[in-house]
Amino acid sequence: MTDRPTRQPFILRNPSILAVLAVLAVFTVAVTLLSQAYGSGVIPTSTVKVLGKTLCLALAAVAMDLVWGYLGILSLGQMAFFALGGYLIGQWLMYARTEAIVAASLAGNPIPPTPAELQEGVANQIFGVVGSSDLPPVWSFAHSLPLQLLLVVAVPGLLAMVFGWLAFRSRVNGVYLSILTQAMTLALALWLFQNDSGFRGNNGLSGLQNIPGLDGVDQARLSVWFLWASALALGLAYVLAAWLVSGKFGSVVRAIRDDETRVRFLGYPVEGFKLVVFTLAAMITAVAGALYYPQAGIINPAELMPIASIYLAVWVAIGGRGRLYGAIIGAVVVSLLSSWFTGGRAPSIHLPGYTVNWVDWWQVALGVSFVLVTLFAPKGIAGIVDRLGGIMPPRRPGRDPGPDQGALQEQEAKA
Amino acid sequence: MIRPLTVFVLTLLLAMPASANPALEAVIADNLDQIEKPSRRTVEPVVAQIAATGPEGLALLSAWTNRSLGMTDDGRLLIVDGDGATDAVTGKPVPAADPKMLRPNSGVRGVIESALVAGEISDPDPARRAAALASIARDGTAEHLAALRAAAPEDDPALAVQRNRALSLLTIQFDGDPAARVAAIEAMAGDVGLDFRAALNPLLATTRIAAPAEPTDANIARELAVGDDGFPREAAIALLTSQGVLQPRLTPADQRTALAANIEGGSVGGVAVADLSDPAARDRAYEALEASGAVPPAATDAEAEAALAAHRFFEVYAEADSDVTDAARAAQVGAQLRLAAMTGVDLGLDALSLASIYFLAAIGLAVTFGVMRVINMAHGEFIMMGAYTGYTVQTLIADRTLSLVVALPLAFAVTALAGVILYRLVIRHLAHRPLETLLATFGVSIALQQLAKNIFGTQARPLTAPAWLEGAITVNDVIGVSSIRVAIFVLALLFLGLFLFIMKRTRLGLEVRAVTQNPGMAASMGINPDRIAMMTFGLGSGIAGIAGVAIGLFAQVTSELGQQYIVQSFMTVVVGGVGNIWGTLAGAALIGGLSKVIEFLNPANTLAAQTFMILFIIIFIQFRPRGIIPQRGRAAEA
Amino acid sequence: MRKLTATLMLTSAISFAPGAMAQEGEPIRIGVLHSLSGTMAISETTLKDTVLMMVERQNAKGGLLGRPLEAVVVDPASDWPLFAEKARELLTVSEVDAIFGCWTSVSRKSVLPVIEELNGLLFYPVQYEGEESSKNVIYTGAAPNQQAIPAVDYMMEELGVESWALLGTDYVYPRTTNNILDAYLKDKGVAAEDIFVNYTPFGHSDWSKIVADVVALGAGGKKVGVVSTINGDANVGFYKELAAAGVSADDIPVMAFSVGEEELAGLDTANLVGHLAAWNYFQTAESDANTAFIEEWKTFIGDDARVTNDPMEATVIGFNAWVAAVEKAGTTDVDPVLDAIVGVEVPNLTGGTATVLPNHHLTKPVLIGEIREDGQFDIVSQTDPVPGDAWTDYLPESAKLEADWPGKDCGMFNTETNTCVQVQSNY
Repeated sequence: MTDRPTRQPFILRNPSILAVLAVLAVFTVAVTLLSQAYGSGVIPTSTVKVLGKTLCLALAAVAMDLVWGYLGILSLGQMAFFALGGYLIGQWLMYARTEAIVAASLAGNPIPPTPAELQEGVANQIFGVVGSSDLPPVWSFAHSLPLQLLLVVAVPGLLAMVFGWLAFRSRVNGVYLSILTQAMTLALALWLFQNDSGFRGNNGLSGLQNIPGLDGVDQARLSVWFLWASALALGLAYVLAAWLVSGKFGSVVRAIRDDETRVRFLGYPVEGFKLVVFTLAAMITAVAGALYYPQAGIINPAELMPIASIYLAVWVAIGGRGRLYGAIIGAVVVSLLSSWFTGGRAPSIHLPGYTVNWVDWWQVALGVSFVLVTLFAPKGIAGIVDRLGGIMPPRRPGRDPGPDQGALQEQEAKA
Repeated sequence: MIRPLTVFVLTLLLAMPASANPALEAVIADNLDQIEKPSRRTVEPVVAQIAATGPEGLALLSAWTNRSLGMTDDGRLLIVDGDGATDAVTGKPVPAADPKMLRPNSGVRGVIESALVAGEISDPDPARRAAALASIARDGTAEHLAALRAAAPEDDPALAVQRNRALSLLTIQFDGDPAARVAAIEAMAGDVGLDFRAALNPLLATTRIAAPAEPTDANIARELAVGDDGFPREAAIALLTSQGVLQPRLTPADQRTALAANIEGGSVGGVAVADLSDPAARDRAYEALEASGAVPPAATDAEAEAALAAHRFFEVYAEADSDVTDAARAAQVGAQLRLAAMTGVDLGLDALSLASIYFLAAIGLAVTFGVMRVINMAHGEFIMMGAYTGYTVQTLIADRTLSLVVALPLAFAVTALAGVILYRLVIRHLAHRPLETLLATFGVSIALQQLAKNIFGTQARPLTAPAWLEGAITVNDVIGVSSIRVAIFVLALLFLGLFLFIMKRTRLGLEVRAVTQNPGMAASMGINPDRIAMMTFGLGSGIAGIAGVAIGLFAQVTSELGQQYIVQSFMTVVVGGVGNIWGTLAGAALIGGLSKVIEFLNPANTLAAQTFMILFIIIFIQFRPRGIIPQRGRAAEA
Repeated sequence: MRKLTATLMLTSAISFAPGAMAQEGEPIRIGVLHSLSGTMAISETTLKDTVLMMVERQNAKGGLLGRPLEAVVVDPASDWPLFAEKARELLTVSEVDAIFGCWTSVSRKSVLPVIEELNGLLFYPVQYEGEESSKNVIYTGAAPNQQAIPAVDYMMEELGVESWALLGTDYVYPRTTNNILDAYLKDKGVAAEDIFVNYTPFGHSDWSKIVADVVALGAGGKKVGVVSTINGDANVGFYKELAAAGVSADDIPVMAFSVGEEELAGLDTANLVGHLAAWNYFQTAESDANTAFIEEWKTFIGDDARVTNDPMEATVIGFNAWVAAVEKAGTTDVDPVLDAIVGVEVPNLTGGTATVLPNHHLTKPVLIGEIREDGQFDIVSQTDPVPGDAWTDYLPESAKLEADWPGKDCGMFNTETNTCVQVQSNY
C-alpha cells in the first residue's frame, strides 16, 4: 500500500451507516404496517409507544457513545440533558393545552378576558395543584412553540458548554469528571424537585401525550407519527455522528481519548475539541428527550436522578463502546429486555425449593451480567458483531488503550 | 412513673373504709357523657367538681388520667388494676368486671393532671411532686401559682430548684403585682432557658394600630414611620383598610364583576364588550360608569395619601403595664447575644456530627481511591451491608449493648470479606482502567441492592441503639446533641487514629504508602502490590461496614441506605483531595459545616440546602480540581 | 423470608384465575396497577395482595354477574411514565373493566390522561391532596377535609396547640396539604409567625437541626404541635431524633398523615407512645367486619404478624363499591357502572358505611389514633362519616369549584360563573 486510496464519500467508507439506516427504515415501515392506526393492528398502540421511546433512548445512547466511546469522557450526567429537553418541550405542551382550556372556559364569561387574566388562569390551572398561581419567569416563552423548540437545543447546549468549559479548562478528567457530571445531574434533579423552581416539583409536567392543536388525532396515530419522528431523528443523528468521527476531526477526538497530553503537545486545542463534542452530544440528547417525553406522557425530576444516566452508560457499554451501532444495539436490547423482565411477563424459573421471579431477580441478573461484560467482553455486543464481520484487531502487546484500538493502531495494521 | 402512682392510689383506697361518696356519685351521674367522651374544651368544670368531692374523686381522676378507669354498661366507673377492679365511688372490689376502658386523649389528661397539681405539690412522694412540677412547667395557670405559694417547703434540693424556677415563671405570667413581676424578670435576666423565653415573649407580643394621635391608654412599643424597614407603604395602607378607615382599592376581579353587571346592549359605558379584553378599555368603561353613577367610585391614590397623612402608626404591647414590658425587653435584649452564640455552638455541634458521619462513610472510599485510583460504586452497598449486619445481629441477640459489641466487629469482618472478594473477582482484572472499574462496581452495586431487597424486603428494618445511647447530651435548652451522634463522632475519631496508626506506624502502612507513591518501584523492592491493594480494599470496605452500623443506629436501615451516602462520600473524597486522610477530614468538615450553614439560612427547605451544597462543590472543584489538600509529587500525575 | 413468601404469592398471582373452570362465561378482568418493585413496592405490594384476596373472595361467592373475576397484575416498577404505559396496556391489550392501582399522586397524574382518553375506570385507594375529580376515577382514600383538616381541628381543640410546625417531604401531597392547612390555620386566627414550614427530601436522615428548630418554637410561649406529612422511611430517622431530644408527646405532639401500622414496623415505638396519626381506619378499630377482615387477611397472606392499614381498607371499599355498581348496572361497561356507582353505599371496616358521592369521593369517618408500645394505635377520636371534598374550601381559587358528575357532568365546575372549567381533569 504505497499510495493513499482515493477518498470515497464517508458513507461508503462506513458500511454500518447504510446498514443502520436500512434496518431503521424497514423497522419503521414494518411497525407502521402492523400498527392499529395504519395497518393490521397486530402491534397495539402501547407497544408502538414503547418502540418509539426505545428509538429515543437509542438516540441518547448514540450521543453517549460520542462522548464516552470516542471522546473518552464517562459522562454520568447525560440524562440531565435528556430530561431538560423533555421539560422544555413539556412546558409548551402544557401551556398550550391549558391555554386552550382556559380560553374556552373564560369565553363563557360576559366580558372577554384580558391577556393578564388569561395568563393568570393558565398559571392557576398548571400550578394550582402545587399551591401556586403565578407563572414563574422560566415559563416566559412557554406560549410559543418555535421559541421553546429553540430552547430545547439551546438550554442543554449552553449548560453543557458552560459546564464543559469550566471543567475542561481546569483539566478535570477521568473519574473526577465522571463524579462531577453526576453531581451536575443530581443538583439539577434536586433543584427541579423543589416546588419553588417553577417546574411543579415532584409532580413534574404531565399529560404531555395530548398534543395541543391535534385534538382530533387519536393516540394510535400520534404514536406512529412519533415513531417516525424518532426514527428520523435517530437516522439523522447517526449519519451526523458517523460523519463526525470518520474524518480527521474524529481521529483527533479518538486521539484525545487515548492520550490527551500527547495530543495537547502536538498543538491541538484539546479543550475546544472536547467542548464541541460534549455540547453537540448534549444537544442530540436533548432532542431525544424532547421526542421521548411526549410519548411517555409525563416527566418528573426522578427522570434525571444519577441512576438514569448510569443506566445509559450501561447500555452503551453492553452494546459496545466506540461503535455507534453498538450504542443503538445496547440501548434497544437492554431497555426492551428490562421492560420485558420487569413487566411481570417473563416466565419464572422454578428451582427446587425456590422460585426465581424475574421481577425480583432481574436487577441482580442485570448487575451481574454487566460485571461479566466489563470483564470478559469489554467491546460489548458490537465486539461480537465485529468478530462475525471479520474485523479483527491487530495483535499488539502492551496495555489496551481503550475500547477500540485507536487511530494509530489502525494505521499500523494497514502498513 | 404511672404504675407506682396507680399502686399508691390503690393502697390509699384500700386503706380507707369502703364508704360511698354521694357527691361524687351525683357528679358522675350528671356528667357520664363527658366522662365517657371528654373534650379538653369542656371537661374542666367536670374535673373541678370531681376533684372537689374529696379523696375518692382525686383517686378517680388519677385512674382516669392513667387510663385505668373503665365504664360498665350500666354506667358505673371502675378503677382497674391488672385483673382486679374496684368501684370508683364505693371503693368496693367488683369481681369479674369487663368494663369498657376509657381513653382520654392527652389534652384531657393534661387538664386532669393540672387539676391534681394542687394536691400533689405537697405530696410525701417525691415522684408525684416531680410530676406535679412537670405538669406546671407544661401548662402553668394562675391557680398553680397560688398552689405553689401555699405549698409546704420543698426538702429535695433538685425539686426545690425546679419549684423555684416554676414559681418565678408563674410570677412573671400571672402575678397581679407588677413590681413582683418585674422583680422576677430581673432575677432571671440573662437566662436562655426555653421556658423563660416562653414566659417573656407573650409579654412582648405587639399589634400594629393606626390612630390619628398617640393613644393614651395603650402600652406603646414604638411608633412606626411609613416606608421604614418592615413597614412599607402597602402595609400601612393594608392596615388602614383593615381598620375600615380606607376603602379597599378596586381589584381587577371587582372591576370585571362591576362591568359585567352593567352590560347594556353589547356595550358597557359606551365601550363595546368585545373590546374589553384590553385593560385600558376596561378602565375607560369603569370611569364612564362612575361618571354616570352606576358604580361606586373606586378608592384613589389621593384618598390613600390623605389617610396616610392623617394617621400615625404604632406597635402596641398586648401587656398593659409598661414597667413589665420594659423589664422583659431588657431581659430579652440582655440574653440575645448569648442566645445567638449558643445557637451558633449548637449549629457547630450539628455540623460536627454530620461531618463525622460523612467522614466515616467516606474514609473507606478515600483509602481505596487513594491507593488504587479505583472508584468503588458498591461502597454505598457495603455501608448498607454493615447496617443489615447490625440488624441481623440485633434480631439474634436481644441485649442491645451486647449486640452492638458483636455487630461492630462482625460488620467489619463481613464487609471486609465482601471487599476482598470484589477485589479478587473484579477489580484486579480491571487494573488501570478506572472508568471500567467504576461501571463494573456499579453493576455490583445494583445487584447487591436488589439482593438486599430480596432478602430483607423493601421495608425499613429497626436497628435500635442501646438505652445508654438513647437520649441526648444537653447543656441547656439551646445546646444539645443526641448521644448517638456523640458516639458516632467518637467512632470517627477512633478510626482516624487507627488509620493514622496503621499508615504511619505499621509495616502494612509503609507498604501501602510505597505502593501509592510508585507501584512499579514498590514492586521492585519486594512489595507485592496486588496483596497490598487487596488488603487496603478489605480495610476500606470494612470501615464502610462499621459506618453502616453507625448510620443505621440514628437513621433507617433500608436497601437504599447506601445510595444516600455514596454521592456525598464521593464529594467528600473529591473535595478533600485524594490520597490523604486529612484531605478527607477537611472535605467532610467543609461539606458538613456548609450543609448546616445553608440549612440555617434557609430553614424552610432542606432540599434547597442540598442543591446549593452540590452546586458549591461543582464550582469548588473547578477552582481546586485536586481538592483542598492536593496530592503532590509523581503520584499526582498518574 | 417474608419476601420469599411474597415472591411465591406473586408468581401464582400473575396467572390468577381461581375457579375459572367452575363457572360459566368469559371471566371479567380487572387490572392491578401497583408497583411491585422499586421504591414504592413496600407500600403497594400490600394493596396488590388485597385486591387478589378480594377477587378470590368474590369468586368463592360465585363471581360477578355469573362470571368469574380475573386479576391482571402488572408492575409499573415505581417508574411514573411506566404507569401510563401499563395503564394503556391494561385497557387496550388486556381489556380490563376496572383498574385498582396507583399510590403516589404523580403516578395518578401519569395515568389520568390515559384513563380519560380510553374511558377506563380507576379506583385510587390512598389519601391525597385533593384538587382533582376525574370522571374516570373513584377516589376511595381521604381528601384533605377527611384527614388533614379534622386532624388539625383535633390538635387545636383537644391538645390546645397554638404554634404549628408543618413538616413534610418535598412532593405534591405535603405541599398542597400544607398550603391548605396554612390557609385554614390563618383563617382560624393563627398568626403567620406561628406557622413553621419545612420540606425535606425523600429518605432524609439528618434531622437534628429540624428537630432543634421545632423545639425552639416553644420560646414563643405557645403550645407547639407538629403536623407531619413526612413520607415513608424518613419517618424512622425523624422519630429517632425526636425521641433522642427527649420530646414527649405531652410536650410536642406529632400528628402524622403518612405513618400507619406498616411504617411503625420499622421502628422501636417505645419512645413514640402518645404521638398521633390521622386516618380513616386503624387495625384496632372495633367492628365485626374489621375482625373478620384481619382474620381473612392473615390467612390469605399466611403470616400472623402482618398488619392491616388504611389504604387496604380503601381498596376493600373501592372493590365492594365496584361490585355493587356492576350488579346494579348489570354490566361491566364503564359508563353504566359510573352512572350506577354514585350513591352506592357499602360497609366500611370501622362499623359504618361509605357512600360514593357525585364528586367521585367517599364519605369516610376520621379517626385519630395515639401510638401504642406495640406499634398499633389507640383510637382516641372518631367522627361520623365526612363527605370527601374534591376542591378545598380553604384556598380561594378552589373554594368556588365543585365536582358533580351525575348532575353537571363536570369535575371542575366554577360556581361563580356557572361554567365547567374543563371536563378532563387538570393533570
